This record gives sequence, C-alpha cells and structure tokens, in this order.
Amino acid sequence: MNAMKRPWISATAALALAAGLGAGPAHAQQKTIKIGFISTFSGPAAAIGNDMRNSFELGLDHVGRKLGGLPVEVIYEDDQIKPDVGVQKTEKLIQSDHVDFIVGYIWSNVLVASLKPLVDSKTVTVVTNAGASELAGPMCSPYVFSTSWQNDQTPAAIGTYMNQKGVKSVFLMGPNYIAGKDMLHGVQTTFKGQVVGQELTRWPDQLDFSAELSKAREAKPDAIFAFYPGGAGIQFINQYTQSGLKGQIPLYTAFTIDDLSLPRLKDLAVGVPGAQNWVNDLPNATNKKFVADYHAKYHSSPSFYGADTYDAVALLDSAVTAVHGDLTNKEGMRKAMEKADIQSVRGKFTFGNNHIPIQNFYLQDAVKNPDGTYALHTVSLIVANDQDKFHGQCPMK
Amino acid sequence: MKAAREFYRKVVPASWLNPRAGFTAAVLAMLALVPLYAAATGDPFALTLFTRVLILALAAVSLNLIMGYGGMVSFGHAAYLGIGGYAVGILWKEGFASGFLQWPAAIAISALFALVVGLLSLRTRGVYFIMITLAFAQMVYYVAQGLDRYGGDDGLTIGQRSSFAGIVDIGNNTLFYYLCFALLLGSVYLVSRLVNSRFGMVIQGCRSNERRMRAIGFATFRYRLVCFVIAGALCGLAGALLAEHTNFISPAIMYWTRSGDLMVMVILGGLGSLFGPVIGAVTYLLLEEALSRVTEYSGLVIGPALLLVAIYLRGGIEGLFAGGRHDR
Amino acid sequence: MLYLIEQCLNGVQLGMLLFLLAAGLTLIFGIMDLVNLAHGSLYMLGAYFAATFADLTGSFVLGALLALIATAAAGMALEVIAIRPLYGRSHLDHVLGTFGLILFFNELVRLIWGPAGMTLSLPSEMLRAVQIIPGVYYPIYRLVIILVTLAVAALLYIVVMRTRLGMLIRAGASNREMVGALGINIKLLYTLVFGLGAALAGFAGLMQAPILTVQIGMGENILILAFVVIVIGGIGSIRGAFVASLIVGLIDTLGRAFLPDLLRAVLSTDAALTLAPALSSMSIYMLMAAVLVIRPEGLFPAASR
Repeated sequence: MNAMKRPWISATAALALAAGLGAGPAHAQQKTIKIGFISTFSGPAAAIGNDMRNSFELGLDHVGRKLGGLPVEVIYEDDQIKPDVGVQKTEKLIQSDHVDFIVGYIWSNVLVASLKPLVDSKTVTVVTNAGASELAGPMCSPYVFSTSWQNDQTPAAIGTYMNQKGVKSVFLMGPNYIAGKDMLHGVQTTFKGQVVGQELTRWPDQLDFSAELSKAREAKPDAIFAFYPGGAGIQFINQYTQSGLKGQIPLYTAFTIDDLSLPRLKDLAVGVPGAQNWVNDLPNATNKKFVADYHAKYHSSPSFYGADTYDAVALLDSAVTAVHGDLTNKEGMRKAMEKADIQSVRGKFTFGNNHIPIQNFYLQDAVKNPDGTYALHTVSLIVANDQDKFHGQCPMK
Repeated sequence: MKAAREFYRKVVPASWLNPRAGFTAAVLAMLALVPLYAAATGDPFALTLFTRVLILALAAVSLNLIMGYGGMVSFGHAAYLGIGGYAVGILWKEGFASGFLQWPAAIAISALFALVVGLLSLRTRGVYFIMITLAFAQMVYYVAQGLDRYGGDDGLTIGQRSSFAGIVDIGNNTLFYYLCFALLLGSVYLVSRLVNSRFGMVIQGCRSNERRMRAIGFATFRYRLVCFVIAGALCGLAGALLAEHTNFISPAIMYWTRSGDLMVMVILGGLGSLFGPVIGAVTYLLLEEALSRVTEYSGLVIGPALLLVAIYLRGGIEGLFAGGRHDR
Repeated sequence: MLYLIEQCLNGVQLGMLLFLLAAGLTLIFGIMDLVNLAHGSLYMLGAYFAATFADLTGSFVLGALLALIATAAAGMALEVIAIRPLYGRSHLDHVLGTFGLILFFNELVRLIWGPAGMTLSLPSEMLRAVQIIPGVYYPIYRLVIILVTLAVAALLYIVVMRTRLGMLIRAGASNREMVGALGINIKLLYTLVFGLGAALAGFAGLMQAPILTVQIGMGENILILAFVVIVIGGIGSIRGAFVASLIVGLIDTLGRAFLPDLLRAVLSTDAALTLAPALSSMSIYMLMAAVLVIRPEGLFPAASR
C-alpha cells in the first residue's frame, strides 16, 4: 500500500492507460445517423442474431443505406443471452456511442433488464423480437416500439386453430421460464377444450424430454401443444418423432419450427402446424422482394426474426423522413412511427396504444419442394387484426 | 546523472521501487481517475463499465480470501452475488427502499447461507469440495428461477437505488463509483488484516497442512468456517452493489459459468495475493470488452491466453511482477 | 405400473448416456489427476464429426466409426500440445487452462461449422417405437443406446481388469513413480488414456446427437452432470461412475415424472407447475450434497489416493 505514496508517476501511467482504453470520445455527428443493434452473435443463438443482422443490412441496402436522406452507421453489440451484459451494452450504446436509435433484442429477460436505461434516456427503440408482457402492459413507453408481438398472441392463435380442428383435449409443454409460461397461458386464453396436463421443463439445460413425452402418451390427449424455440425445438421434434407419438397424437406448435431449424429438421417438420405473424410466402410485393433478395444475398431463407427486423428499417425511415432529419424532434418521430405508414413484409399492420402491432396471424406448415429443399408456407389466416390482451394495462392512450 | 540516481535511491525507499507495488499503484490510480476521465471526455460509459469492474473485483477479493489463503476452492461463489442482489431486489419490491435495511440484509443472508454451506461441505476435500459448493449454488439458481413473484427467469427490475435517508445519494453515479471503490479498498484492507493476524496464520496453515494444525491444537474446522462465512458476506455485499448498479437482478448471475468467471479472475490476477484479484478482474473484464469490439471470435484469443497463463504464469499477473513464483 | 416401467427405462437410458461421458472423465481424473473441463468440448467434437462424416458417407454407422477415430486423434493431439504441461499442477491451474480450452473450442467450432448447429439423422427404421412388453412402447434408438452402452461398459471393465494396458492403468493410478521406474513409458500411457477418454466422450456425443442436439456449448450443461456423477461415484472408480450414472438418471427422470403430480396433491396447480421443475432440477444436486455429507469421498472411494 505504501506504493500509493508516489502518486505522480502512477497518475501519469493511469492517464495513459485510461486514454488508451477509451480511444477518444465519441461525438454524435448529426450528419450520420447512428443505430445501435443488440442481438446475440455468440453461442448457438448466433444463428438468430445473424439472421436479424442480415435482414437489417438488407433493409438498409433497399433504402440506399440512408434514412430520410441521411447516411447510416450501425453498431452491432452481442448480449451473449445474459441480461446484465445486455444492460451494459445498451448503456454503452447510449452513453458512449450516443446512438440515435436502438434496434433488436431477442430475449425477454435481456429486454426487460435494458428497458430502464432505454426509457430514462428517451432513446427511440424498435424491439424486433422479444415479446415480454411487461412491454405491452405496465412498462410500455412513448419511444419504445415493437415490430413483433406480445408472447400470448401466437399461442392464442394456435388455440383458436385447435378449436377449428375440433380438438377436445390437449397436453401443453414448454420450458420453465417466463416466455414458456406466457405461451402455455396464451393457448388457454382461446382454447375451449380441456387441458389434460401441462409440463414446464427445466431451462436452459433440459437434456431429455422422454419423461414428459411418456406422460403425454399416458394422458391420451387429442393433441400436444409445444413451445420450444431455437435448438430446443429441434431436440423436441426429434424426440417426439422417435417416441412414435407422431402417428398417434398430433402436435401443434408456436415458435418451434422456423426457417432456421427447418434445414436441420427436414422431413420431421413436415405436417406439423404452427402459427406466425409472418410467413415466407406471404403474397405482397415488399415480402417477395425481401425474400428473393435475401436468397440472392445470403443463399438461405429468412426467418420471422429477420422479417420483423427488416420492418424496423422502414419504420425508422418513416420517422426520420417525417422530421426532415431533425433527430432531436423525438415527439415528431414518435407520431410518425405510431402511424405505421410503411410497406411491411407482413402486409398492413397498425400499432396499438402500447406500440405493439395489431396484426394477422397465419397458420404455417412445412412442405418439401420438388427440388428436395424444405420450406414453410401459409396454409390459412387464423385470426385477423389481433391485439394483445395487455394493452389495457398500458397507461399510454 | 549519477548524482540524480543517488538522490533518487536515497529519497525513495527500496520497497517503492518494487515493480509489483508500482504496478498495483498504477492500476489503483487509474481506477481512482476513471470518473475524472469520464467527466472530461463526456463518456459516462467508462464509469458504468468500471463500476462493474470494481464490484466484480470485490467479489473476486472475497473469493481469494477462501481460495487463495484458505485453500477452499469454492465453485459456487456466484451464488452470493445472487443472494445479495435478490435481498436488495426483493426488499425493494416489497416496499423497503432503505439501504440501511437492504445492505445489511444482503450481507446477513449471504453470511447465513455461507454458514449452512460451510457446515455441510467443509468436511470434504479437493474436488469434492469444489463440487459440493457448486451443488449448493445450482440449488439457489433453480430456487431463484422458481421465484415467479420476483420475475423468475426473466429477473427483477429494481426501480431505484437504495435510499440512505439523505446522507448519501447513491443515485449519483460518480458518488456510487467512489463508494464501490472505497468498499473495495476497505475489503482488501480487511483481508490484509485478517490474513496477517493469528486467525489468518491458522487459515493459511490449514491450506498447507490441516492435520498438523489440528495436531497443534487448533479447532481448524471452526476457523475455516468463520473464514468461509466472512467471504460469503463480502460477496453478498458485492451482489447488493451489482443489483444497485444495474437496477436489475436475475438468476443468470448465479449460473455456474459465472462462478467460473470469478475463479478465473482470481487465478489470472494472482492467487493468494492481496491485490491480485483486483488486477485479475480489471484485466479479464477489460480484455473481454476490448476484444468484443474487435472480433466476434474473442474466445479464440482469450481461451489460449488462459491456458498459457495456467501453464507459464503460476502466480498470475501479480506473480509476473513479483519476479518469480509467488507463494501459494 | 406399465407407466412406471416406461419411466424407469427413460431413467436408465439417461443414466447410460451420462455413464459414457463420466467414464472417460473419471478415467482421466483418476489416472492423471487432471480436472478436465474440456471433456465437454470433446463430447461436442464427437457429435460434430459424426454429423459431418455421416453426411459425407451417407451412413450413420460409418460416420460414427470415423468420428470415434477422429475424436480420439483430436484428444491425443490436444493432450500432447496443451494438457501435458498441466500434469502435476494444482487443480486450479487445470480449471483455468481447460476453461480456456472450452472458450477456444466453442469459437473454433463456430468458425468451422457455423453457429446454426447440425443434424445427425437416424436411419428411418430407427424413428419408431416398439412394444417391448404389452402396453409399453419404447423408441428403438433409445433401446440401442442402452444396449450399446452396456456393451461398452463391459468392454471397459475387461480392458481395465483383464489386459496388460489395464494393469498399467491401474498401477499408474495408484503409484505413477513406480510404473515409471519399471521402464514403462508413462508419457505414452497418459496420451493413450487421454485418447481413450476422448473417444468415450466423443462416443457419448455422437450417440446422443440424434435425440438431443448438435450445437455449440452442448457439452457444458451435461459436463456438470458428468462431474456430479463421478463425484457421487467416487473419483477414479469406473464402477462408481456406473452406479452413480444409474442413480442420477433414475432420480432425475422419476423426479420429473412424478413430482408434479405429488405436489399437485398438496398445492394449487399453478404453484405445483412452477415448483416441480425447480425441485426436480435441484434433486440431483441435493443428492450429491447428501452423499458427500455422509461419505466425503463418494460412494466408491478409490482405495489408495
């Protein structure tokens, strides 16, 4: 400790160190629009993050990499699926990079953790995937918008579809975390039959669903509903098929089969219905261009993660255009964004008072193309202009 | 020139020339100057980042007390971060916003948990001890995941920092930073007093040969248990600070890889040296932050670096400056 | 009753998978006194190799065989380059070094194979369930896992207890200086044992690939379970690992199968729904803590360590 008595040398060294670390101050230049983008770019979920980034980049290409005539710079940050890292990155983008907008967020818990700095700094934010009910309800905020959904909506659509199919009893399965509980709850808001059993499985490290699948077989329901996003979905569908249940008890899903998992699931996914707010083959001009150009640029199919992120570009473009590049006019940007006056890949949608889209949900199904590849396609419209159940708890009018 | 050197040698005692002390002092001075840097450059993120560094350094210091000096390799130390954080978060949620209640609760509950874990696990040795501490941490992790009222897996957002009856306003980030810094220095001082006392001698004696210490007549179990509880309490304080800092607490902070991170910080900095964990935490967290700005494949650099440290740098970074193998 | 049998089979099958991973871990631990956190990375490599080779050759079995060889080779190379300097060092150095290896392998795999993960598809005749006794259906592939693992366990037992290599392994575990003094090439022996451990890890990885997953970080969660198994069983004891694997597999599965219903009998449905997975997740850790409180060196402590 006595070494601290020689402050002058240490101080110089520290200054040098500190200067080296910071690499100089970052000034927000109003000539260039700075966008912070938070998603997951490491670990297995990087597949999702990459799809979102690809779509965002493609969206920027389509507007000439300019929003309202101003050039754009994007800073991508990796949240590592850790809420505390997500907050830290959010604060970095706000405080250090002085970004004008923040886009992204896959995970509800990362988003909920980051909401406070976003709201406190009044940063105009577009959430492109996470569907936390807090965001739709009590924690809604004037400058935070979502291009995705609230978690209950998609399973509620599947519940409606099961009613249409005459399903009388169902067994529910999902991972034991908030979104999982939201999903299981969402089905029950619309499903009129009987829930003969429900299982929340361990998260994130459940290895094996054999015990739960045996239980489902034992309960003899008309149908099984499952919510297993990302890699867990592949795991679940694999085990469901091997257990021989596929021929016995039909499966209904939400967020379990997507364009990222389909190339790995192949035949196993064929014939398993799911609900989504966007499907690859929606017949509107924006979507056709998006999907075709995505194929051309990245040689794969975009997923709903990417589609909702692609829409964020148009939304931001409409905001900057409305205020003629005056990014300090947040009120003007908010009003412009609330109109949702954009060509969305999902067709037309509007925003509720809580800035969550009021939109259609479709039934999708996996099919095998003649050339041996697999694709998701739209079977039918399940519910039109659906609004989430939480908008009443949002104080904004 | 020669005269100047002579003068220098006379004025500056030899211990000050010790490169290790100099390095430590430089790091501390840098930490002390961060708020000035942030204010001067208008980059408050530096403050945010370094507050986190200080808090995790405090956690690493507490781990070093049992792991470095006591030879008790706890692989579940992140549990106390969570317990401290949840103490703050849950009390806030239930309407108790006073820091005079929250912080002591965080420390007390962590200490209590450490007492239970210590009572049950200090009989085991080596890897068995590593694993049993991990087991308890995992249990707490799953309990927190099941706390639906407090956000479950999504975690709990804490609306405001604790209030200290108007005495200090820790909502002020610079003040909060210096508070964390003071607590870190205070805990290093506490550890230094502890390890240099009779108590500390017994603890370190137990590390090298517990049977001998028992033969001499020390109730080693009790000594080690007390040490274990102190470390738990200190880390609980770090957990409370972390919750205050991020206004958020979630089970993720207790996952076993986080305990691994803390261990890495301690070993990287220098096991069983006073400031080693501080240096380890600064290095590890800044390296992570810096690399994440350069590449998405930071593991390709950090991974082999850790391996090389394990193979060649036996005393960690601190040991590098001690000029040879550090005592351990 | 039939339902109970089915759930017990599920538990045994999970236990078998854990045993494959734990056996290699406990061998390496027992003989070289090395805490190898990177064992999970070898498990991951095995699965990626198998998926790649199965794609190339179009055959599951051929892909698996090639993957076994590749993982063993990768393990031996790893031992020579990175692990050897760690022998004889403190466990903490092992933890730090092999923790670094985990980070490295995760990024390496992402660099080579991309982040999306892979699929190891089963031949279609494996995608069914058979009726093993009237009323009990069981997936064929899971039966295969149980039988193959039992065969591996038997083989391992014979190698360790009945062959010259096994004799050296046992001798090396109890007194390495003596084995060295007898003119045995200890370095080579260690490399071979590490290769064997790697092959076992890779085998576990490729066997689970069709039911679980092939993705980055897949080794980390199961690695902790494998450590739990070898600690309960007693480090260095293959027999202990076998028994502990079965216990852990059964407790985990039966907990998940019956706890929710038991809790529902005393609590409200919602509370039980949330509490049950938390409790069943904790059950194996509670088991381990309990075992260690009563027997601080596991169920089958190695005799002379």
